[in-house]
Amino acid sequence: MNNAGISSSKIDLSRNRKKESYLFNKIKEIKRDKFLLLLILPGFLYFVIFRYIPMGGILIAFKKYSVYKGILKSPWNHFQYFKEFFTDFNSWRLFRNTLLLGVYSLFWSFPAPIIFALLLNEIKNLKFKKAVQTISYLPHFISTVIIVGMVLNFLSPETGIINRLIMFFGREPIYFMIKNEWFRTVYISTGIWKGLGWSAIIYLAAISNINEELYDAAKIDGAKRFRQALHVTLPGIAPTISVLFIMNVGGILGADFERVLLLQNPAIYETADIISTFVYRRGIAGADFGYATAVGLAQSIVGVVLLVSANYISKKFSENSLW
Amino acid sequence: MILKRKTSGLNNQTMSSKLFDIFNILLMLFICFVTLYPFLYVLATSMSSNIAVMQNKVTFYPVELNFTAYKKILKDPYLVSSYYNTIKYTLIGTFINLLFTSTIAYPLSRKNLVFKGFFNTMIIITMFFGGGLIPTFLLVNALGMYDTIWAIVIPGAISTYYLIVMRTFFQSIPVELEESAKIDGASEVRVYFQIILPLSKAALAAIGLFYAVGHWNSFFSALIYLKSKAKMPLQILLRNMLISSEMAQQNKIASRDEEVVVAETIKSAAIIVTVIPIICVYPFLQKYFVKGVMIGSIKG
Repeated sequence: MNNAGISSSKIDLSRNRKKESYLFNKIKEIKRDKFLLLLILPGFLYFVIFRYIPMGGILIAFKKYSVYKGILKSPWNHFQYFKEFFTDFNSWRLFRNTLLLGVYSLFWSFPAPIIFALLLNEIKNLKFKKAVQTISYLPHFISTVIIVGMVLNFLSPETGIINRLIMFFGREPIYFMIKNEWFRTVYISTGIWKGLGWSAIIYLAAISNINEELYDAAKIDGAKRFRQALHVTLPGIAPTISVLFIMNVGGILGADFERVLLLQNPAIYETADIISTFVYRRGIAGADFGYATAVGLAQSIVGVVLLVSANYISKKFSENSLW
Repeated sequence: MILKRKTSGLNNQTMSSKLFDIFNILLMLFICFVTLYPFLYVLATSMSSNIAVMQNKVTFYPVELNFTAYKKILKDPYLVSSYYNTIKYTLIGTFINLLFTSTIAYPLSRKNLVFKGFFNTMIIITMFFGGGLIPTFLLVNALGMYDTIWAIVIPGAISTYYLIVMRTFFQSIPVELEESAKIDGASEVRVYFQIILPLSKAALAAIGLFYAVGHWNSFFSALIYLKSKAKMPLQILLRNMLISSEMAQQNKIASRDEEVVVAETIKSAAIIVTVIPIICVYPFLQKYFVKGVMIGSIKG
């Protein structure tokens, strides 16, 4: 008994000593790193003020916000905004539109750069390959305003080049921008135009990292070009593909807000209005801050849940995951 | 016999392989055409006469070549002032970006910085979750930044993504350099300013260019944070010219007074004038593409 008491008090002592020395070490380390800490300070403050305070500002979604009382002193609203949003018939439309843009992107815009990279890899003339690649990046650096401006110009019913082509074949011109059924096609195709080359970079880099010997071995086994692409190149970039796929699933509700905002107009809200454009319209243009924050929060929670579950599933069935 | 069969088999393979090559090259040429044609068309329109454009005569090259559209937009005081604003926001914004990003990235790249885990976690979280549009908007307003340049350049001062790219770059600088300088009696301050920064010129230039393109192209922060017409950047002017007026026209809605119908040639000239600086920095940017993307893809 006694012995045990002594030994336990010894442990306590050494624990205390450990704690002390831990603190002591930390202080020593802080002194040692004082210049580095000083360097970090502006960036640290930036993150606290502009990234973390807004997270605290989400509180507004749960409050009856009044400008005079401020966020903290405004009374609670008992989830009024969430109830309102989830029972509103229009919300279903917003959710459906947002989700469908994401699903179509995953179906069309995600594989396009992979196919492009695989085909570009088969080009033997290095100069031509480089030229194609360089040209394909360009749209990534063009502003959304200009891209949408050009889309409107090209799709214009009277003078647009696409409608001139349609009329050349003797058909009626199509009013693309005010037809609900065309919005998703327009959104997805501009997305591919903009992102094809840029998204292919990472796959091309992954392809160039594949061990040359694997191709030689495949050749000895009599594999032709198509088989080599299928059994060497594609498996070689599979880890890259799955990591990007997880990220894309996580971002399935994250449609390109600026592009949608600029492409949409009230005539096509039935297909073109998404959660984030609604948050902008209701929150900033309509100054309904609390409600808009609640809607935005609902979206980002679903987004995080999707990302985590996509990562979990991928981890379970393959060796690839984000964390 | 056997030999012959073999060669014919080979021929068959090269035949299909050649066919594929031809198809592939044609497809690549088509992709290049689709990528470049919009720019070519806009350029041709900007240098044609209004009437030729209205009569749908312009397809690949200028018809009735003239530069009236350019002369007109260069005389437009609103356009000139917004061009000036965009240059201002881009220069000041990029400077702030580089200052904030590099000063936080460097300490985080050191092996045994105190509280390193805490700082890293704090940064990574912001990649997945944020306050969202409205709380940020309210904060910027509460800080009194509304309708000032600060609302444009400060809220996005650090991109978490570029921060990680820069941190990875600093990590790649050999520790020996730093250690030998310290043995020679150099302080941390001197190590940072006289060894690390000069070695990082290329990385700073690359990330700076990416930030700069972002500022040049940005329109949304100006849309929500600026009110005075005299402070508007180019992209806002373009949006009013290209999109609001066009939507109004196509929707057959009477356009508001601000959104007067603008001639196609003028719109095209405005696009060209905006895109040209991007095309000019493009060759420099292009050098860093693969590197930047690859570094950034390494997990935080």
